[in-house]
Amino acid sequence: MKQDLSYPIPSDAALEPPAEWAELRGECPVARVKLPSGDQATLLTRYEDVKQVLADPRFTRLLTAPDAARLSATDDGGLFNSEMAQILPDGGEEHLHWRRLVGKWFTAKRMAALRPAMAEIAERLIDDMVKRGAPGDLRADLGFPLPVYVICDMLGVPAEDRERFSYWSDTLLNLTRYEKAEVEAAQHEFFQYMSAHLTAKRAEPGDDLLSELLAAGGPEQGGLSEIQVLVTGMALLVAGHETTANMIGKMVAMLLADRTRWERLLEDPSLIRTAVEESLRMDANSGFGLPRYLSEGIEVGATALPRGTTVVCSMAAANRDESVFDAAGEMDLARKPNPHLAFGAGAHSCLGQALARTELQVVLEVLLRRLPSLELAVSPAELERVEGLAVGGLRTVPVRW
Amino acid sequence: MKVIVDEDRCCGAGQCVLLAPQVFDQREEDGIVVLLNAEPDEGRHAVVREAAAVCPGAAIEVQEG
Ligand code: HEM
Ligand code: SF4
Repeated sequence: MKQDLSYPIPSDAALEPPAEWAELRGECPVARVKLPSGDQATLLTRYEDVKQVLADPRFTRLLTAPDAARLSATDDGGLFNSEMAQILPDGGEEHLHWRRLVGKWFTAKRMAALRPAMAEIAERLIDDMVKRGAPGDLRADLGFPLPVYVICDMLGVPAEDRERFSYWSDTLLNLTRYEKAEVEAAQHEFFQYMSAHLTAKRAEPGDDLLSELLAAGGPEQGGLSEIQVLVTGMALLVAGHETTANMIGKMVAMLLADRTRWERLLEDPSLIRTAVEESLRMDANSGFGLPRYLSEGIEVGATALPRGTTVVCSMAAANRDESVFDAAGEMDLARKPNPHLAFGAGAHSCLGQALARTELQVVLEVLLRRLPSLELAVSPAELERVEGLAVGGLRTVPVRW
Repeated sequence: MKVIVDEDRCCGAGQCVLLAPQVFDQREEDGIVVLLNAEPDEGRHAVVREAAAVCPGAAIEVQEG
């Protein structure tokens, strides 16, 4: 393979994978790439390799070691390299402890209980979009606001502040879009905001996640330190928002790009669950992928990777690996089982996946019911990607009905 | 069919509960998997196999037979 492929690999069509993925999986599954920062890393694209590294509890996404690659173009390398990222325990018993304290808020049962409230929000947002008239932008009108309302409610923060959260989270997910000074100023503001919010919650606790994390007491009582609660709040706002928000737009775009898919769902809504999973698998525009810093040498496939290597796992490329998925390039709305890696794997796999799945299912259910005539208002080839952030998405998803 | 879960590998993602709530649950206090039925009926075998295949922690083992 060519030396030093630039990563992320540019791709013209927003819904199609770059041709390089299949080439890499076939010929160069352990590839050297150059990151936006200019640093080198090792890119993995095969399902087995990506899963092996993600699920290995010894390695995490923290890139704070002095010899770790920097991802983003700002000097300090962005979110994955930042000091703030270190406040949450990322490995071993401590990570497990954090995960279990927070995880109880994200169980499948709790998410099922949120369904009616989510459906109501979706209905209201769709009403507003319809009132404004076609064409609407499914990303701005539905995809972005819905997850924000839901996560704000869980955290007990006011949804009116959502514009600010959006900006703050964009800067935290920055790869190349923002300057260092902008990122720092935004992080500082976000931190101040959360800090004031926690002070208010301490004085007047609610029945939200952050109030309860505070009420659980400090580390001596088996809880989290104040700063850990604060960073958990920031992390959940960012994670609970941008990823799902973008995924709603991408999912609907994929289903409408070939309208027979939409029609199949109209005929048989029982396919909604598997259609959501298949959209997650087929997402060619999921963003950067996941970095891992190898604190010990390992063997991946037949290649030895030395200690100190920064690996980038492309889940999106792995999700199209023909050796695991039959007709991997085809969107099969009934695919079962669908062990895609969109939420990662192992101990660090997405904590909010039950929430994300529920939101995606509810949005699709309500859209199919309310706007069966929905269609893209542009050709799929005209859809444009969001550039420069770690999470991928479409700039707009113009629709009519 | 016999189902075995490994709490230590479970990351509490709830996939199994979303798929087969009659067979799996999650603990109230930390979201870790609880096996409700180690020998589910024939009719649930397919969905239990699916849960085992997609469990992100590889925490579900299915012994056939
Ligand atoms: C479609 C939507 C989503 C996608 C594709 C997604 C993807 C991911 C992935 C790939 C990871 C693994 C990171 C790693 O291994 O280093 C992750 C972790 C995480 N996600 Fe999500 N996520 C989504 C939605 C959410 C939501 C709604 C929340 C919660 C509010 C959330 C909270 C988290 C948290 C807290 C982690 C860190 C878990 C840990 O390190 O133990 N995510 N997510
Ligand atoms: S799917 Fe696996 S990891 Fe998730 S709750 Fe069930 S057993 Fe645990």
